[in-house]
Amino acid sequence: MIRIKLPYHLQNLAGTDAEVSIPNPENPTVLEVIRALESTYPTLRGVVIDNTTGKRRAKVRLFACKQDISHQEMSELLPEPVLTGEEPLLIVGAISGG
Amino acid sequence: MPSVRILAGTRKGAFILTSDSSRTQWQIDGPHFGGWEIYHMAASPVDPNRLYVSQTSDWFGQIIQRSDDGGKSWHQPGSSPDAPTVGDDGLPLAESNKFLYDTSESTGKTLTTHQWYDGTPHPWEFKRVWHLEPSLSEIDTVYAGVEDAALFKSTDGGANWVELAGLRGHGTAVDWAPGAGGMCLHTVLLDKNDPLKIYVAVSAAGAFRSDDGGLTWRTITNGLVSDYIPDPRAEVGHCVHRLAMHPANPNVLFMQKHWDVMRSDDRGDNWYEISGNLPSDFGFPIAVHAHEPNTIYVVPIKSDSEHYPPDGKLRVYRNRGGNSDWEALTDGLPQKDCYVNVLRDAMAVDTLESCGIYFGTTGGQIYCSPDSGDTWITAAANLPAVLSIEVQIVDA
Repeated sequence: MIRIKLPYHLQNLAGTDAEVSIPNPENPTVLEVIRALESTYPTLRGVVIDNTTGKRRAKVRLFACKQDISHQEMSELLPEPVLTGEEPLLIVGAISGG
Repeated sequence: MPSVRILAGTRKGAFILTSDSSRTQWQIDGPHFGGWEIYHMAASPVDPNRLYVSQTSDWFGQIIQRSDDGGKSWHQPGSSPDAPTVGDDGLPLAESNKFLYDTSESTGKTLTTHQWYDGTPHPWEFKRVWHLEPSLSEIDTVYAGVEDAALFKSTDGGANWVELAGLRGHGTAVDWAPGAGGMCLHTVLLDKNDPLKIYVAVSAAGAFRSDDGGLTWRTITNGLVSDYIPDPRAEVGHCVHRLAMHPANPNVLFMQKHWDVMRSDDRGDNWYEISGNLPSDFGFPIAVHAHEPNTIYVVPIKSDSEHYPPDGKLRVYRNRGGNSDWEALTDGLPQKDCYVNVLRDAMAVDTLESCGIYFGTTGGQIYCSPDSGDTWITAAANLPAVLSIEVQIVDA
């Protein structure tokens, strides 16, 4: 299972706790893991990847293993510790505003 | 015995307030969608338990929520749990949250740019839904006014949205420019006597009317004068803050403009000023009494630089003749040290025999007058900043 930590607004939207677990997709790229998250929690569709542009939303960041992976290719695999469940994938709303 | 329900959209969630018809004691339910900006909640006139909500975030985008049980439960109408996650185009399937501008050849014009703040061309970019206007007769039909300004329509309960592109196809759209709050289509008025007539207002472009159900549009700005644009009497560029109409008198429209309160007696073809003795004719909302088509309400704000009431006194002004003669309504409202604002969608009226008037403030208060404005009750004192107010009568 892959562990994903959600920001408050997405916990609120999905009706979950801060951390959720989803089954490892066959090809565990960033994109496929986000899609697996959306599949498990349909109310999260389009909130990380914009459903009109297909791009990560500008104020949403992705962290893993103490690294900012927001700008890596969506087709790249997630780090091994995330795939084994040792480390979570963090979805973070940029800190700004009220 | 009927009960009354206030639907309040705030900066940090949605709230539903209920009272019996005395409207003196209010129960507050919420926040729903806590932490999210709720630009607007609206109820279908066909079924008061059908609610639509615009839930929005600069971080996570636009969400449309729907309730079929008066707000007890909610769902996104375009995100069925059983549906595939992505469509053929590889994009997430969240159809009720998808507002795609129509650039197809078949609908006519190529709609590419409007003006930016500095006058340069800027592409249309969807940001959020400002206003939802359910159909007066079809439960699954609802209109959405959005930023950047456009009008969308759903005929399946909010599951899918199609732009009524004739509005942006109006020849003036290239000259539309954003107001301070963005370039938003914030007002949609439907005429129950003529389902083909639709009125919209855009900040800062002006007001428009369609006589054919939204296919084609004309500007209705003749008589507006705005000294903050190069040609004060230009066809577009006016920052219209709100329109109001009484259903029994659809020829007459009222307008709160950036500055000036205006009236039209011919469906918006011509306007004249009725600001009269108001302490300031700047403001945002305007509303019409439910049973008196010529009685209107505004909340004067000191200026466009100082978004608070003149003299620190929160006063609603009532005009019983639809003319230039205004009276201040103050009983129950703070009359010193009050520096809140009242936003354009944050005023509403109910249809009980003694018409109720309601408004919400950026300070988180919701005020209710059960007697047409003569006296005011604080229905809620400490909510987040109120963005919108709607009121329903519900049979208990």
